[in-house]
Amino acid sequence: MSLWEYANPVRFIRLTDRVLPALSGAAVLCLVVGLVWGFFFTPDDYRQGSTVKIIYLHVPAALMAINAWLMMLVASLIWIVRRHHVSALAARAAAPVGATMTVIALATGAIWGQPMWGTWWAWDPRLTSFLILFLFYLGYMALWEAIENDDAAADLTSILCLVGSVFALLSRYAVNFWNQGLHQGASLSLDAEENVADVFWLPLLVCIAGFVLLFVALVFLRTQTEIRARRMRAILARERMA
Amino acid sequence: MMPDLGKYAVTVLSAYGVSLVLIAALVGASLWRARRVRAALRKVETRRTAR
Amino acid sequence: MRALLWRDLRLAVRAGGGFGLGLAFFLIVTVLVPFAVGPQTGRLASIAPGILWLGALLACLLSLDRIFALDFEDGSLDLLATAPLPLEGVVAVKALAHWFTTGLPLVAAAPALGVLLSLPGPGFFWLFLSLLIGTPALSVIGAFGAALTVGLKRGGLLMSLLVLPLYVPTLIFGAEAARRGAEGLAVETPLMLLGGISAGALALLPFASAAVLRVSLR
Repeated sequence: MSLWEYANPVRFIRLTDRVLPALSGAAVLCLVVGLVWGFFFTPDDYRQGSTVKIIYLHVPAALMAINAWLMMLVASLIWIVRRHHVSALAARAAAPVGATMTVIALATGAIWGQPMWGTWWAWDPRLTSFLILFLFYLGYMALWEAIENDDAAADLTSILCLVGSVFALLSRYAVNFWNQGLHQGASLSLDAEENVADVFWLPLLVCIAGFVLLFVALVFLRTQTEIRARRMRAILARERMA
Repeated sequence: MMPDLGKYAVTVLSAYGVSLVLIAALVGASLWRARRVRAALRKVETRRTAR
Repeated sequence: MRALLWRDLRLAVRAGGGFGLGLAFFLIVTVLVPFAVGPQTGRLASIAPGILWLGALLACLLSLDRIFALDFEDGSLDLLATAPLPLEGVVAVKALAHWFTTGLPLVAAAPALGVLLSLPGPGFFWLFLSLLIGTPALSVIGAFGAALTVGLKRGGLLMSLLVLPLYVPTLIFGAEAARRGAEGLAVETPLMLLGGISAGALALLPFASAAVLRVSLR
């Protein structure tokens, strides 16, 4: 019994059908607990006031925006190497989720930046990189939509994903070089001396778990949809031939 | 019940509002499309077996 | 390989090949900038390196679809794919031809257009050099985008969407080098990084483009 068994679309659908209710339930539970805890039961920060509560949305969304692209990269590699259709479809299914997460991170960041930095937007390296990441998501999704042949679309988009990852990384460092930042450093790294305090950290962790679960549940659901849509196209094409 | 958000109430509430609306839209669109495609596929498959 | 390069160059220079259109576009963009931001010399001088880089980049982008589209339509791309020359080589040669017909003229024209934007004296050389180093990367990256969208209806707009994010690092380092040169600062670091991007793109991207073309020709 290996992971590759689930590369079979029927097995994949059967498995995900079984785990989806629990998964989405857990996602909703984590999100509700984390956000309610964060919103109602955490103290204000002495410098940021109540705007610190935005962290419970901003940080998980930003994390998932990057992780979604990483997941697409891995799925694209699997498609290129082992040619499992489910993998290519999962990458396709993840893209809109990742793009939405990017928008959430950018929007909450802008709303937070307005009172804190005195501006909605600054050409700070992190902000700029996220904007570029969003453009990559847009291009990736547009390419999927534009190509009619399913296998060709999977091939081309996965190559775009690989090349895009390299260039996204390059842009990240180019942008760092180009402008110094306003954005604070990582607040969750394990080796940093100065992390956010525990009162903020615990609900944040719950929220991150919620976003991860939500992402996985959405990708499962959307991959199922893509599999069904492709099966339907195949049946219709066969009928037209007959 | 409502915590005192101080002078940043609008900021915090609009951030939560925007995010929740976006997440709801994403989930809603995913569910809607899933349901539609599932129904369409079922229709096509039953039509094929009926013949 | 040389024969292919000559063929592409001749096709591009011949009437209807679109040679010179990129140059004209570059000129027009440069002329329009003062109308948009005002004719003050100081303001123009401070944005000139960036504007010239952006104009060269857009002019390059406009001519990208020529790289593969015509050969794809008349079937000669299929012939090239079955030729003894590996497809990676074909892509590299075609990108090179694109650079000769679009990149080089832009590089040569940029200092002249710099006069129009009252580029400061020391900036001319660095603008010229940074464009000389950076435009090959633009051609090679563009060839990848053109390969992705070859054979698609309405491929042009999609290609811009795909290629422009890929141009970000090149633009940042190139424009930064030109700007620092114009302001008399040290330019080695951005120039080195720009050279690194060009060399890396030149070495690796033809493989990706060839893989993409094989899929499109399947």
